[in-house]
Amino acid sequence: MTVDNHANILVFSTEKISDPAIDLAGLLKKHYPASVVTISLPCSSAVKPRWILRAFDKGFNGVFIAADGTDCPYSNECSENTSAIVNKAQEMMKDKGLDPARLKMAAICSVCAEAFVKHMLAFVKSLSEEQEN
Amino acid sequence: MKNKIGIYICQCGSNISDYVDVEKVRDEVATMDGVALARTTMFACSDSAQNEIIEDIRNEHLDAIVVASCSPKLHLFTFRNVAIRGGLNPYNYVQVNIREQDSWAHSDNPAEATIKAVKLVKAGIERVKYSKALVPIDIPATNRVLVIGAGVAGMRAAIDLSSMGTKVYLIEREHFVGGRTSQWSRLFTSNETGEEVVYRLYNQVEKDPNITLYTGTELVSMKGTVGNFVATITITPRYISPGCNIDEDAELEKRLQKAIDACPVEIPDPFNFNIATQKALYRNFHSEFPVCPAIDMKSCTRCGECKKYLEYVDLDQQEETLDLHIGAIITATGFDTYEPEPSLYGYQTLDNVITLPQFKRLIELNEEKLTFHNRHIRNIAYIYCVGSRQTEGENKYCSRYCCTSAIHAAIHAKSKYEGINNYHFNRGIRTYGKQETLYSEALENGDVFLQFDEDHPPTVDLKSGKTSVTVRDILTSDHEITALVDLVVLVTAMVPRAHNQVAGILKIPVGRDHFFNEIHPKLKPVETVIDGIFICGACQAPHNITESTKSALSAASKANAMLREEKIKLEPTIAKISAELCTWCNACSEICPFDAITKKQFNGKDIARVDESICKGCGMCLPVCDQNAIELIGYTDTEIESMIDQLAV
Repeated sequence: MTVDNHANILVFSTEKISDPAIDLAGLLKKHYPASVVTISLPCSSAVKPRWILRAFDKGFNGVFIAADGTDCPYSNECSENTSAIVNKAQEMMKDKGLDPARLKMAAICSVCAEAFVKHMLAFVKSLSEEQEN
Repeated sequence: MKNKIGIYICQCGSNISDYVDVEKVRDEVATMDGVALARTTMFACSDSAQNEIIEDIRNEHLDAIVVASCSPKLHLFTFRNVAIRGGLNPYNYVQVNIREQDSWAHSDNPAEATIKAVKLVKAGIERVKYSKALVPIDIPATNRVLVIGAGVAGMRAAIDLSSMGTKVYLIEREHFVGGRTSQWSRLFTSNETGEEVVYRLYNQVEKDPNITLYTGTELVSMKGTVGNFVATITITPRYISPGCNIDEDAELEKRLQKAIDACPVEIPDPFNFNIATQKALYRNFHSEFPVCPAIDMKSCTRCGECKKYLEYVDLDQQEETLDLHIGAIITATGFDTYEPEPSLYGYQTLDNVITLPQFKRLIELNEEKLTFHNRHIRNIAYIYCVGSRQTEGENKYCSRYCCTSAIHAAIHAKSKYEGINNYHFNRGIRTYGKQETLYSEALENGDVFLQFDEDHPPTVDLKSGKTSVTVRDILTSDHEITALVDLVVLVTAMVPRAHNQVAGILKIPVGRDHFFNEIHPKLKPVETVIDGIFICGACQAPHNITESTKSALSAASKANAMLREEKIKLEPTIAKISAELCTWCNACSEICPFDAITKKQFNGKDIARVDESICKGCGMCLPVCDQNAIELIGYTDTEIESMIDQLAV
């Protein structure tokens, strides 16, 4: 948790699709908690489940994959591939006693600034409430 | 591991420093292991700041640098070049985004923004510590480009490429060039006809020794990589011998017309959107380019009647296959027009309901008086947004060109024929830019504009032989207004090509709208994720002719810039296989969208092999490997996990 008591969230974004949306959110001064930090990858289907588990081990309250969805410049099966990664990681989380709801994924297109901010506000809120309980 | 790292925290004027305490960030990171110096700077991208970084690299013998500033989309290559000028490898540089993703996003909470900036910079330092000195992959390139589609965009791209010294193969699926533009008559804003525009471009193409044009030609396969593609094309014969140049021989033209008249086959004419018919031996209009007829062999019965009048008919011509060696491809395959569902607004159930493209051809086919199915047309209803801005359906996008095109056609009809009354049933007119003057002209002409919303579309009815269109008009407080009309024109959208085999062969990604997808609409608007494959014109999104031409010029410039030195550099971000860990389960090969992974033998066992010239560095193969035998250069476990560790603190 940060000094403002917000849940920490690690976002895996994608260089060509969702990262521009996160940039756009900043450009438009659309605010979300600063406890949200981003690591950018070429594609959301490249997130290794071990990285997700590492994030929880190190203290992140939530992990969010800002997926390419149908806009993926590499493959039209990206959504399915990223979903498979999420499912696999959630199984690994269960094995470690972690709540699978702490891992979320949503398609964020290159102009989906508002959608990204909404996702972050909702996710931070739900994780923060969970922490308080 | 790098241990003499230079850190530069940019204030970006005050864009960053108004919300992030940059001195505090500097002080926090300056003591990290491996950091040799940490500075703040007013504008890291300024010449003076760049020179200071270069001096630091040289004087302090830095082995890596981190610049914390704006988004890497803006200045990644700026600072890579700074690294190079200082004598560093450009891949020993990491850019950290503390503007768009920090100071601006958290301007409401400077204290938290500063804490986040510290984390982000520390993560960047960890990443650069493990960075490798990489060398872009240099490959020889062929300075020849295949342009697919000889419409306005394709011909414009070909001419521009040639003018810059690139040789071009221009292929066109149809037997005639010009694409959709050849189907349109008077164009806005120049008042030239589509035929005139096509003629002008074709004349340049024909005379240009750098351009080889193949009509009746399709791409059937493609192999190789950027700089060195081999494209296989098939050329369907015209079944007309060379030398049949009608343009220069009036007598020959008469014989051609007799040959066409003699053809017993009559089929719907796609050039006129099926409102007229054509013969198996055909030409679309009087002086179509190339000025030589063609035979549609799918319809021809080989009766030989045409040959009695036209000695050039040669039904024995054979299909040809050619391999073209090229360095890049520009696709300019254009669009299809939306085909409404039968019965929508009476389409195909009432005989006086047609689409906008059909209406435009109808104007071309009628000289003195506008008639359709032997009915004199005076009152015309235009129903907008048919196949675009759909709330229920595939085409949620605005097709952009259609408001202008419909109003332009309405003005044309009114000026060409006497007694025309136009009724525009629209969802809000979008004649953007200069095209707004057409809207004004239509209003001045007395055209009536009635507006509906998506939940209350107009209805088209036939009563007592009269066709009526009724709408609840938003502009008159939802009054129900009915117009009795002779013709209903459905203003249909541009849609992606229905049978575009090019997409499958080139593996060009398509977007949600099913048009070809560029990497980024602003930063890389004609590039695709496939290196060396560019897109332009209406295959990318609804474009008018001006927009198509501009994107064609852009694609031509990009392709030429890539190939003109006859060698190209590729990013070294590619997948690497650990031969020790790999057990060849085939999962990586199956998921790779580019077929870059194959099996090979290593020390007596099967392992995966990545073809570096094909791998695009997407990383899809990483998570499917249960042995964790694959890493992506620049995104290794060490780099990503060390970043996670810093960001979590």
